[in-house]
Amino acid sequence: MGSPVSNTPNHPDDRDAPETPGTPELSGTPAVPHQAEAPAPVEGERTRRASRKVDRIDRLAELTARRETTTGAGLWVEAFRRLRTSKMAIIGACIIAVFVVLAIIGPWIAPYSPTAQSWRGEVFPNRGLFVGPRGENWLGLDHLGRDVFSRMLVGARQTLMVGVVATLIGFTVGALIGGVSGAALVLGGRAGQRIDAVIMRFIDMMLALPSLLLAVSIAAVMGQSLTTVMIAVGVVQIPIFARLLRGAMLAQGGSDYVLAARALGVRRRRIVMAHVVPNSLSPVIVQATLALATAIIEAAALSFLGLGNPDAAQPEWGVMLAQAQRFFDQAPMLAVYPAVGIIITALGFTLLGEAMREALDPKLRS
Amino acid sequence: MALLTVDELSVTFTARGRRDVTAVSGVSFDVAQGEVVGLVGESGCGKSVTSLALMGLLPRKGVRLGGVADFDGTDLLTLSPSRMRDLRGRQLAMIFQDPLSSLNPVVPIGVQVTEILARHRGMKGERARKEAASLLDRVGIPDPDRRLREYPHQLSGGMRQRALIAMAVACAPRLLIADEPTTALDVTIQAQILELLRELVDQEGTALLMITHDLGVVAGLCDRVNVLYAGKVVEAAERRPLFSDPAHPYAHGLLGSIPRLDAPRGQPLHPIRGSINDTIAWADGCAFAPRCDHYTLECLEGTPALGELAGAAGPGHLVRCVNPVRDSSDLHTPLLEAPVMDASAEGDDEAPSPGTSAATSADTSVDTSSDTSSDTAPDAGAEPAAEPVADTDGASGGAPGKDTPA
Amino acid sequence: MTTLLELRDLKVHFPVRKGILFDRTVGHVYAVDGVSLSVEAGQTYGLVGESGCGKTTLGRAVLRLVDITDGAAVFDGTDLAQLPEEEMRRSRRRLQMVFQDPLGSLNPRQNIESILAEGMAAHGIGADREERRARISEILERVGLPAGSLSRYPHEFSGGQRQRIGIARALVLEPDLIICDEPVSALDVSIQAQVINLLEELQESMGLTYLVIAHDLAVVRHISDVIGVMYLGALVEEAPSDDIYSEPRHPYTKALMSAVPVPDPEVEDSRERILLTGDLPSPANPPTGCRFHTRCPWRQETRCDTERPELRDVGGGHKVACHWAEGIADGTVGPTTELAPTLLKE
Repeated sequence: MGSPVSNTPNHPDDRDAPETPGTPELSGTPAVPHQAEAPAPVEGERTRRASRKVDRIDRLAELTARRETTTGAGLWVEAFRRLRTSKMAIIGACIIAVFVVLAIIGPWIAPYSPTAQSWRGEVFPNRGLFVGPRGENWLGLDHLGRDVFSRMLVGARQTLMVGVVATLIGFTVGALIGGVSGAALVLGGRAGQRIDAVIMRFIDMMLALPSLLLAVSIAAVMGQSLTTVMIAVGVVQIPIFARLLRGAMLAQGGSDYVLAARALGVRRRRIVMAHVVPNSLSPVIVQATLALATAIIEAAALSFLGLGNPDAAQPEWGVMLAQAQRFFDQAPMLAVYPAVGIIITALGFTLLGEAMREALDPKLRS
Repeated sequence: MALLTVDELSVTFTARGRRDVTAVSGVSFDVAQGEVVGLVGESGCGKSVTSLALMGLLPRKGVRLGGVADFDGTDLLTLSPSRMRDLRGRQLAMIFQDPLSSLNPVVPIGVQVTEILARHRGMKGERARKEAASLLDRVGIPDPDRRLREYPHQLSGGMRQRALIAMAVACAPRLLIADEPTTALDVTIQAQILELLRELVDQEGTALLMITHDLGVVAGLCDRVNVLYAGKVVEAAERRPLFSDPAHPYAHGLLGSIPRLDAPRGQPLHPIRGSINDTIAWADGCAFAPRCDHYTLECLEGTPALGELAGAAGPGHLVRCVNPVRDSSDLHTPLLEAPVMDASAEGDDEAPSPGTSAATSADTSVDTSSDTSSDTAPDAGAEPAAEPVADTDGASGGAPGKDTPA
Repeated sequence: MTTLLELRDLKVHFPVRKGILFDRTVGHVYAVDGVSLSVEAGQTYGLVGESGCGKTTLGRAVLRLVDITDGAAVFDGTDLAQLPEEEMRRSRRRLQMVFQDPLGSLNPRQNIESILAEGMAAHGIGADREERRARISEILERVGLPAGSLSRYPHEFSGGQRQRIGIARALVLEPDLIICDEPVSALDVSIQAQVINLLEELQESMGLTYLVIAHDLAVVRHISDVIGVMYLGALVEEAPSDDIYSEPRHPYTKALMSAVPVPDPEVEDSRERILLTGDLPSPANPPTGCRFHTRCPWRQETRCDTERPELRDVGGGHKVACHWAEGIADGTVGPTTELAPTLLKE
């Protein structure tokens, strides 16, 4: 057969997929017309030979047809195929799906109002009296007598929004900066190198600051609000995305197919847009998934530090964690619920991101 | 008395959830003291896997080994890892294709050489350093004392390969396995390295197992040659008969594919059609059949046996083919070209038939071979094979795919 | 016979820079250092040399994929070195290139149709998609790829087929000159022959001119009409393909020729081998005088290390850059003792 690398069989899923009709199997389909014309010569000798020929072609076609074939599938299609069979990806996707569904429908399925202090009279934080899980309140009550389960459900939306918006900010601005820098470098010339050098030194400065410190300073300047948290977390992500995209573009810019496109006479702008950028995006997209997980944790950290939503009544997992901290001795479970929520969600995004990294790795293809 | 006798070696890669892949199946050969034995084949034929199996360098998990590799009374395939490590370096050594990745980049050459001397020969300090210098000197590295202090990246490709050879021969191994030792090097450097290996074999009596894809290297260096295709030896012979009378159509085709420096200009090449992907399982028949000009229905009745070639000039010429190439005179004018012509005449195709190079070569030699075909190939084998020439090649694009983007 | 491409004293020097924001040039790599050659229309010019000799850079310089430092590259009457960027881009329709790494030179995200249509779109060939597709199908058939390949992606093909795609990509533009940079060295032996035959057939049927750049002398000799041998950025010898094998004149060519293995034990056992000592000097710091004098078995006391030999005609279109070529040929100049070649005769 071959070395282990070169002949790894395709995954069973791919095997039964000659989706494009009319894909010629080895000597299968094309053999047919020849079969038809083969018996044409009339002499006995020739006919006999011809019929043996047909036998042999048939037999060979039969044997070779067993081999697996792949058909015109692009990188993304194939990556998706591989994702579908990866346990890591499935678990991650399930976690994310549950989280997103809860975030959307949470307010409607929540049994009670998340802000109503309906059981105010049953909880006495200063005396250390809390109410744990019970039939009425599945996860118990918080220090103000609100239903924790309802607060968790409704808080999911805020948490998801912070994560998604922050990552979007980081991704958009970062990719823009990185893209400009990378394009300047790839398009070449001393001027391009200068532009790149200036941008990158600036990005390096941002990277040099500890991320939480940077976020805290931004939040401090902009004042206390949820928007502040989103922007602060997003800004922290910018240099990571910028560096990543620029690095990928630089690597792709030096690749043979970019050289080939230049030799072909393709315009430089098109080379950047059609060749360099699409091939540089996959590490950035993977990073975006991973960044979502970090963003949720960092947003929680900022909320925990009291830089988040000033209206503490609005539930958000980070805020809930911050409030629970005061009563950690008496009611540790109040901190555990939001913490576990954050961890599981972050894990979901991380798993999916890692699975995507593997699926998109060109070295691991077929 | 052979130093290494490999009998029916097979290597199967097993991975959970995937079909087993047999990289090598039933490879047998032996290497005697002071002999150079070649394993030749194209990428994916299993030659490197064979060498890794012999050196015990394959992962233990997910690999199933079969057969026996008897090295002076010990079976290399069943040896414990610690005893294998002991044997490696002292009695067995290996040289790889890429010398840079086989050397530790952050340790000076000298330290890497003396380490081996300390481990296997118990040498220390100044004595080990002197010995290391003399080893480098012996493999032709000028100014060895300075080189010992340098790091691998400071040496040129040829020098690195020499350093690697110096490390391999540090303990005077009895068997040296060289896996494509000159593939990454320029021809003038390749000539130097081959000369060095030749000297080692002549002077020290080291047995050398040479693994390469380059038939030119084999022609100049090896005593005995094994040609591999799809994990099996398809032809094994002394060097001269192999090159003068290749009997397996694959070996025959390989020789016809190589442009020779000394050939008169204008002599056409006769490539093998299709690619390594156009193969069938050995259990179904000859794996080479889809690319073969000689195949008959018998080729598809189970694995052909490796047997003594009938009518060979001397003993020991083995071939795994039911319909071997008999007449060496047709080496450069394969007998199956006329029928291709025949076919295209019957069909509607005009001369430049869909780019198949096999058909191409037919075009160039139409007038000479069309009449000879009937006498050189009286058996029906010739005629029908013509059809799939165009078919398989054209369709190999239809069923491409398993080879890795390297 | 008309000259399609003529290089006159072509030089490509890469500056070595240091510094972060304000860099300064600390030296040059003399990748191509004064090469003059001419490629005749309809012929194949083969350029051989070992790695680091500048042959690849030379090929790229002709297409201006690297900047030409000095000299002229005259293609069909136009000096490419002087063309403005946009005009150079347009003239690339007539000058195409086939690359060494068949997979690396194809964008993994493009299917075959898109790969082949890209050049046509860039040069405005073919009015619409349908017209381009018809042309692409025709070329695919010419290079021996199945018609169903259009919607497939590069990774689905074998190495030999990928190289056919690379050739097809060059051919759709109907170029006059194709620069083949190591067109077969990444392929298996049996596949190499298929591609070589394809190149030869295409040349015959389409009247192409090739500049073939390769390290494998046997391949180059098989395919070329004229061969130039490069060493450290300069041509050391240029001769018709047959002459260069039968009577190599430059010591480096002799050594190179003797080092190429021949798949024939009879020949291998009886050949004379000239083993060179040492390695290729760095092109950033080339030796004075004759570039080859540090490794030359025939080095003489005078001239070799002081005076750079010109490429001069020694008769019959055979050019050589060696002060002592005649002396070495008639035996009056022998190998010097200190660098005596190992002569193996059995």
